Parts: sequence; C-alpha cells; structure tokens
Amino acid sequence: MKKKAFLAALPFTIPIFFGYLFSGIAFGILLTSHGHAWWWAPVMAVVILAGSMQFIALEILAAPFNPLMALAMTLMVNARHMFYGLSMFDKFRNAGVRKPYQIYALTDETYSVLCEVEPPEGVDRDWFNFFVAALNQSYWVGGCTLGALAGSAFRFNTKGIDFVLTALFLVIFLSQWESTRDHRPALIGVGCAVLALLLFGPDNFILPSMIGIFLLMVVLRKPVEASVDHE
Amino acid sequence: MSEHEILITVLVMGAGTVFTRVLPFLLFSGKRQPPPFVAYLGRVLPYAIIGLLVVYSFRNTQLLQYPYGIPELIAMLIVIGLHKWKHSFMLSILGGTAVYMILVQRVFV
Repeated sequence: MKKKAFLAALPFTIPIFFGYLFSGIAFGILLTSHGHAWWWAPVMAVVILAGSMQFIALEILAAPFNPLMALAMTLMVNARHMFYGLSMFDKFRNAGVRKPYQIYALTDETYSVLCEVEPPEGVDRDWFNFFVAALNQSYWVGGCTLGALAGSAFRFNTKGIDFVLTALFLVIFLSQWESTRDHRPALIGVGCAVLALLLFGPDNFILPSMIGIFLLMVVLRKPVEASVDHE
Repeated sequence: MSEHEILITVLVMGAGTVFTRVLPFLLFSGKRQPPPFVAYLGRVLPYAIIGLLVVYSFRNTQLLQYPYGIPELIAMLIVIGLHKWKHSFMLSILGGTAVYMILVQRVFV
C-alpha cells in the first residue's frame, strides 16, 4: 500500500523537485556567503521549512539579535499559511499519526499539489498525501544542503547574489498581478511600504507598513471585497 | 550574532512558521467556518504582503549616492522582461540575479 502510494505521488512532485533543487541550492550558496557553516542549511530547512522565510531569515540573522522582531516577521511573511489549512480539513481528516507532519510540512508548493491533485483510483489517499509532502521536503533539504556544500567548497565572488530574494519576490508579485484584475491589494502593500520606508527608515518600517495595510484593508473592505468576489 | 543567538532565532522562526500552519486547525477544524472578515483578509492580504516584501528587498538601495540604484533598476527590468517573455520562475530569478551580480561586480564597481 505504501509503495503504491509512493509511486503514485512521485510524478506529481517532479516539477517541485526542479523548483526546490534550484532555489535550495541558491539558498545554500547565499547562506555560506553570509559566513554561516554549511550545516545550518539542513538545520534551517528542517526547522523552518519555508522558502521565502529562509531567505529572509538570512537577513534577520545578519541584523542584531532580536527574537521578537524575528517572530513578528515570521508571522507576517507566513500569514498566508493560515489560509492554506482552511482548505485541508477534509484532506487531512483521516491522516491519523501523519496529521501533525502534514500540517508542519504544508509549504506553498505542497499545498498547491494537494489542492489540485486527487490520488488515482485504488491508492490510499493519506499515504499519497504523506509522500507528496515528504518527497517535497526531501528535495528542499537536499537542495539547501547541496548549495551550502558547494558554497563552502568553492570560493567565488558572491557579491550581489542576495538579489535572488528580490527576484523571487518580484516574480511572485508579477504572477499575482497577472492573475487578478483588482490590483488595489497589491498597490496598498507597495504604497504603505514605500511610505513607511520613507518615514521610518529601512530598519523600522515593517511594523508601521503592516498596520497601514491592515487599516486600509478594513476601510476599503466593501469595494475591494465586492470586486474580488467577482473574480 | 553568536551561534547560540542564531540557534535561538532559527528556533523562533521555526516555531512561528509551524504556528501559522497549525492555527487554522486549532481555530476552525470541523464544521466551523472562519468569520467573513478573516476570510476576506485571507484573500487580499497575500497580495499586499508580497508588495511589502518587494519593497523590503529594496530597502537598502541607495538612490542618492553612487550607483544611484541603477543596478537594481536594470536587474528589476530584466526580471520583468524575462517573466513577460517566458513566464518561467527559474529563468526570471536566475537571469535577474546573474545580471545583477555582473553589474555590481564588474560594471558599477
């Protein structure tokens, strides 16, 4: 039963394999360029297991020690996860002992596979879901480790490599922009952040921008909700 | 940061991430639906937060002194162009980063 579920899950994770391997390697190289030992890469890939958050983690680790700020940043960056769970209640209902793992391992990519793919006829759904998550995680941990090992084995000029994070956010922003007609939420985010950056400077603008975004979303709820519901 | 402080920070970020994944199961598991206001925020906040993160990743760009944010601007246009052209996450990220690295290492030194 397990083997059958594993073989059924494998092909659906192949696109994730390439994506995770590539961005994992980029993360690992970036991590060593920040001066961390290579083994921090697998440690972070297991403890945090969230792509964009790990890239931001490197920025946070480069700043003075401030666990509260790190927590606030994590909750904000990963806030979207809270809404992934909402559509997984039924899928994880009978997962039993695997349920805590499935919740811990619910990354953007695993979520997207589990949302779109139903296990083939005759395949155990709960083992199928488990292997989708476990395979994806193994790619991510593997990619991060590989990148970190490469980064510490070869010395090369990594100046500017942190643009990988900027590029990542840019393409997510662009693809979200193209998939929606109402751009107000995206513009509110950019607008509040730019304003807060100008007012409070690069080290203290995150919290004020979050407050600004939240308030504008509350004020504009009626018109925005109406147009978002139409999409 | 010392290794000790790094470990604490990593654990905090791990706990925060797990918290965001577990929360809906703790709050709304079973038949209870989230309140409409929460559902609304869930639909619109991801767009705003990515916008904020784009600005975050540019936060240390100096516009008023050399090289005036020109490498960032060029690399950003490359990312946008590659994305419009092929719609491949990997290509856009790899291409933009490579161009940026060349610019800051060789052109705007």
